[in-house]
Amino acid sequence: MNRTIERHKNILEFSLSSLLRRKTKNASLLAIYTLIVFAIASLLFFLSAMKREALLILKDAPDMVVQRMEAGRQDLVPLSYAKEIAALRGVREVKPRLWGYYYDSPSGGNLTVMTAEMPAGFIKIGSGVSRLRRATAADVIVLQSYDNEVPLMLEIEEVLPYESELAAADLVIMSELDFRKLFKFPQGHATDLALTVANPRELSTLAGKIVDKFPDARPILKSEMLRTYDSIFDWRGGMMLVMMIAAVLSFIIFAWDRATGLSAEERKEIGILKSIGWETSDVLLLKFWEGAVISLSAFFFGVIAAYVHVYFFSAPLFQPVLKGWSVLYPQFKLVPAVDTYQLGVLFFLTVAPYTFATIIPCWRAATIDPDAAMRS
Amino acid sequence: MNMISLTNISKSFHVGKASQFVAVNDVSLDIEPGKVTILKGPSGSGKTTLMTLIGCMARPTSGRIVLSGMRAAWMASEEPAGVEITSLPERFLNDIRRRTFGFVFQQFNLLKGISVLENVMLPAYPTGEDHREFAKRAGVLLEQFSIARHASSPVEWLSGGELQRVAIARALINDPSVIIADEPTAHLDTALSREFMTIVGTLKKAGKTILIASHDPIVFDSPLADRVVEMRDGVITSSGPKP
Ligand SMILES: Nc1ncnc2c1ncn2[C@@H]1O[C@H](COP(=O)(O)OP(=O)(O)OP(=O)(O)O)[C@@H](O)[C@H]1O
Ligand SMILES: [Mg+2]
Repeated sequence: MNRTIERHKNILEFSLSSLLRRKTKNASLLAIYTLIVFAIASLLFFLSAMKREALLILKDAPDMVVQRMEAGRQDLVPLSYAKEIAALRGVREVKPRLWGYYYDSPSGGNLTVMTAEMPAGFIKIGSGVSRLRRATAADVIVLQSYDNEVPLMLEIEEVLPYESELAAADLVIMSELDFRKLFKFPQGHATDLALTVANPRELSTLAGKIVDKFPDARPILKSEMLRTYDSIFDWRGGMMLVMMIAAVLSFIIFAWDRATGLSAEERKEIGILKSIGWETSDVLLLKFWEGAVISLSAFFFGVIAAYVHVYFFSAPLFQPVLKGWSVLYPQFKLVPAVDTYQLGVLFFLTVAPYTFATIIPCWRAATIDPDAAMRS
Repeated sequence: MNMISLTNISKSFHVGKASQFVAVNDVSLDIEPGKVTILKGPSGSGKTTLMTLIGCMARPTSGRIVLSGMRAAWMASEEPAGVEITSLPERFLNDIRRRTFGFVFQQFNLLKGISVLENVMLPAYPTGEDHREFAKRAGVLLEQFSIARHASSPVEWLSGGELQRVAIARALINDPSVIIADEPTAHLDTALSREFMTIVGTLKKAGKTILIASHDPIVFDSPLADRVVEMRDGVITSSGPKP
């Protein structure tokens, strides 16, 4: 037992000094390898974090949203709809919502404006808006209202904390009164209706009833929203997947290239080891450690660097790719969401092939007869 | 003490093919423990082949080799009758080879880029011995062969004579009882060849059994040579007087 451990220790130690012999070669190998792991791991971390963001957004989403369509385009919903829908069986609550987009010409950003129960004259803003306007709590922000005459002076009550910055960065929350003033929003109308139901399984029946009653109504179920988000992320994820496949592919090519490149010198060395009493399994153990040392360190360096990149520096390398949807580039602070399963897969896809790629070509060389070195 | 006994040993290459070639043909020989035995003969006479058979590096096509006076790790005790090594499984054969034989090659066969010390310790790594133990022994060997000051240099910085001594130190690291050297002086000038024979003398005094293949008169005419076995075309033409 003790001898087995000592044998591993001795051979591992020798594999380190063996690797050090080809310092530049192995260092560049390690660098390329770390870079690949870094890219893939960054991607995985980033996608997990984005998924988390999306789920966070949907967690608070209503069971159903009812919009009204006018000639196929979304239009305002009269509040009378809300009353009638609330009277339907199975509807627990109907909340008319007011929200919209405000183009902020001084900064060129597009803000999402929502309403909440709060005193008129006050707003809560997302961190992106805060940055854009260089304003924080207790500052006053001026918004140009639609009637072109009275600018709206609003005091910032709070800058929203980053829980989900992707969704909240461009947010401005104000009172209903200010909202109606800002957009000259007609009384007796809402942007859409948010429904809470007693039994989520009746959602589609309920949606049918609503459409029967109001042919211009368009109910959107939570499950449909989920699907939309999913497809957005799938689309983005798909693009990422292509990149990932490219990375894995390049890695395989690189591993294969290394594998086939067993030099005459390496072959000779294996012969020498055999001739001085190393067994085939000893040689393979040495090669295993050589491959494992490189691939394990690359894996750890790459993953740690990716973690820092995504969660401490908010993935600067991916920002332009992933968030084209707002002029306001939210400065994410992504919340760590590590998917251990994905990491496990990454581990398997990188460490295992490389290690095997190092061992396999040595297999033949290692099975040569020990006497071969006597005749070279 | 160690005794190697060969009975009707033959070794053929490419058996069953048109190119079949008998390199060692029906050789019977006893190698005395603690003595210096020289294998002499023209190129291609089968010296190297015979030594690989004795050193458990290759198996004979036919015949028996019995080693006595040795004890491998897997043996409960020393076999009084000796061990017939020709039929041993690979694993056991390797174990015997590592413990019993130390090899000095014509080309030295040192690994470039790693230190002299590591080269010397190389045969000990897979044995599973404690690193400190064999490192200590390696230090002693380097002292003994006055190459201690080169311990941490890579081998490519060393001169031919120094390389030779590193190769010998490496052959001794597992404290084998038999030293096998194939044309050890082929790459050395006269002075260094004499130096090599001096080292052989010390090893002999230390009780090692020594087997050298050589056609260098400095080796086979040396007073240290207890017995000179001559070979030609795979057969022994003269086994010399038994010492
Ligand atoms: N693996 C092999 N396959 C085929 N023939 C071989 C092989 N190894 C050795 N031989 C042949 O066996 C014969 C004996 O070779 P060996 O190396 O034992 O001779 P040697 O006495 O050591 O010669 P030298 O003094 O040149 O080293 C040679 O003719 C050689 O070509
Ligand atoms: Mg030879």
